[in-house]
Amino acid sequence: MIKSELISRLVEANPHLYQRDVERIVNTIFEEITNALAAGNRVELRGFGAFSVKHRPSRIGRNPRTGDTVDVPEKFVPYFKTGKDLRERLNKK
Amino acid sequence: MSGKTVTRADLSEAVYQEVGLSRNESAELVESVLDEISQNLVNGENVKISSFGSFIVRSKDGRIGRNPKTGEEVPIEPRRVLVFRPSQVLKTRVSSRR
Repeated sequence: MIKSELISRLVEANPHLYQRDVERIVNTIFEEITNALAAGNRVELRGFGAFSVKHRPSRIGRNPRTGDTVDVPEKFVPYFKTGKDLRERLNKK
Repeated sequence: MSGKTVTRADLSEAVYQEVGLSRNESAELVESVLDEISQNLVNGENVKISSFGSFIVRSKDGRIGRNPKTGEEVPIEPRRVLVFRPSQVLKTRVSSRR
């Protein structure tokens, strides 16, 4: 499923809403999560999962082809941990 | 990291501010979005949200694990796990936060 399909299904389930509004709702949710992570905050959605930011310290890497050492700067990467309910639902028949 | 944890309540509030729905209905819509995504994943279908990321269901084979404390062997059943692959847009937003 891609975002446009998610929006179509929500429009079907909520016939009283304009498609334009459903699009704004879906975009707002993901923008809000993105903004929180960009600010270094955590997003916790019980039952679904939690988004957080992990710190990768700078390190000395190596170019595998030439063997040259390269400085890899520190970075911050988004991380998602699946919530308990969803993890259980994925494995229930 | 820094202080605040964002929850459903914050997402509902953002939806409420953005669209002219009631607070109740905003909260329900947030829930519907999460439910719809979850249901697809449970059905084994990946979910891709452009400029945000992809939720991917992976099937893992069973294997023999070991309790690291006791050294005891424990069977790990075949299972399905969810992985999130952030989009380039999200990665860039998060890494350039300083």
